[in-house]
Amino acid sequence: MKGVWGLVVLTLLSCSGREYESVVIRGSDTEVNLVLRLAEEFMDQHSDVSIAVTGGGSGTGIASLINKKTDIANSSRAFRPSEITLARSRGVQVLPIIFALDALCFITHESLALDSLNLQQVRDIFTGKVDNWAAMGLQDLPISLYGRQGNSGTFFYIQNTILQSDYSLDMKQMNGTSQIIESIKNDPAGIGYVGIGYVLNKQGDVIDGVKVLSIEGEQQGAVSPTITQNITSGKYPIVRPLYQYLDGKPEGRLKDFIAYELSPAGQRIIAENGYFPISEAYQQANQKVLSDD
Amino acid sequence: MTRVQLNYVFKLFFRLAGYSAVFILLGIFAMLLINGALAFRDISLGEFFTSPIWSPSAFEQPQYGILSLVVGSILITLLAMLIAVPIGVGAAAYLAEFAPKRVENIVKPAIEMLAAIPSVTIGFLGIVLLGPFLAQLFGTTNGLNALNGAILLAVMALPTIISISEDAIFAVPKSYKEASYALGANKWETLVNVTLPSSASGIIAAIMLGMGRVIGETMAVLMATGNAAAMPESIFSSVQPLTATIAIEMGEVPYNTPHYYSLFALGVILFLITLGINLLADRITSGFQMK
Repeated sequence: MKGVWGLVVLTLLSCSGREYESVVIRGSDTEVNLVLRLAEEFMDQHSDVSIAVTGGGSGTGIASLINKKTDIANSSRAFRPSEITLARSRGVQVLPIIFALDALCFITHESLALDSLNLQQVRDIFTGKVDNWAAMGLQDLPISLYGRQGNSGTFFYIQNTILQSDYSLDMKQMNGTSQIIESIKNDPAGIGYVGIGYVLNKQGDVIDGVKVLSIEGEQQGAVSPTITQNITSGKYPIVRPLYQYLDGKPEGRLKDFIAYELSPAGQRIIAENGYFPISEAYQQANQKVLSDD
Repeated sequence: MTRVQLNYVFKLFFRLAGYSAVFILLGIFAMLLINGALAFRDISLGEFFTSPIWSPSAFEQPQYGILSLVVGSILITLLAMLIAVPIGVGAAAYLAEFAPKRVENIVKPAIEMLAAIPSVTIGFLGIVLLGPFLAQLFGTTNGLNALNGAILLAVMALPTIISISEDAIFAVPKSYKEASYALGANKWETLVNVTLPSSASGIIAAIMLGMGRVIGETMAVLMATGNAAAMPESIFSSVQPLTATIAIEMGEVPYNTPHYYSLFALGVILFLITLGINLLADRITSGFQMK
């Protein structure tokens, strides 16, 4: 929905007749609100640029970059090798920027007497090996799984990184993160995965109606994703980089915008919106991509 | 331009307009068929028609079995008709035979307005109202299931079934009923034994048209049935009907991949099911007319 406002801004700006540089950004639904916030701030400071941000899913952004329909492809998953080959054959030089980190968490109904899971239990639940909460020592209720559809970067990340296997066919495929949260609020046996930014309010507290599960590691006790320290220190295991893909080295305002996102001011906005600043190693990798030689 | 030429031009124009529906239909079917057929370069026919596993975004091996999707579609369609037909035909009979003018003036516009509600609104009601209600009623943990979708679809089929059935019942000649009364039958006996059988072809056409609406409906079922691709076990299972599968996955599937073509193949199946229903309706109605 916010993407629409981005377009409105673009239209209004382009009506006033002066020379504007326009930037088109498409892709990940996880990133769309965050990037729109960054774009709004950037446009406040630079009146000669208009940035249009729309969602649609990581796959949409990647397809648009390959088809040269966008300047930046937001993606919560990396380009697949086959996609890079396809892009190269169409003359698109794919460059990755990692501008923020996102922690994924598992949520249940607030009434479920469960506080943490280890990764093996997560695997068993989402692949359908365990289909009743009784197997976890809880009440006898069939587990109802909520996830995203196959074109979602989040779906793909959990499948490839955590499960390394197929999802249970009984998983309900929801149209967006908000739908997962709303369904779990009403389902005492529900469990689903969402970005942590969606279940924390402005004060950093978990929203009403859902419970965020801690994840137990092999060497450590349960680690909660609701504590920022656990994520920036790398203790919480389900953290993924958020990408922005470019076609070749950026120039002009596009380059300025990327630089702004990576600056302390940009990273602060990222932290305020439920995501996490990138580490020094990522900053250096980005600089290598952006530098002129 | 002479009158003869003008006459010729206009004749041509109207002829083209008349044929356009046929051209469009053939064009759509040809496009579906060609793209759908391409799916079978990579997917075996046996897997497509007999496997119950639809998993195009799998971790290792994508699978394209439509069985559980087709069963899901048929399950909610039949369930919806089971709910909509008694209510629809009953309402039609009441409106045509018994209702006072005053009631008719309220009920008929209400039914027409029911048809005007966008399906996305009905789907939304399914999520926030009907879902939690069904969950509570039947003691399940959530109400995103086949029954929820079927009730929504029944609501959407009602206007079609009621208004066409009512026309059919209304069209039964008065002399039939008068003859029945003359033989001593009461109102109920006349309705069941004379009026309804005489209007059966129209009522069946109404049911079939309602069914066509139901099986092709996308938005409401996409929102309310839960979209789990597993084979449904009961009416309380989440199902993913054919239409919802196409709608969800078409948006972002990479072009010219097996997954892309397989969605066209789903489109062909959906088209054939609808065509089958229409042909059946045609056979049944013409059969009745011969008597």
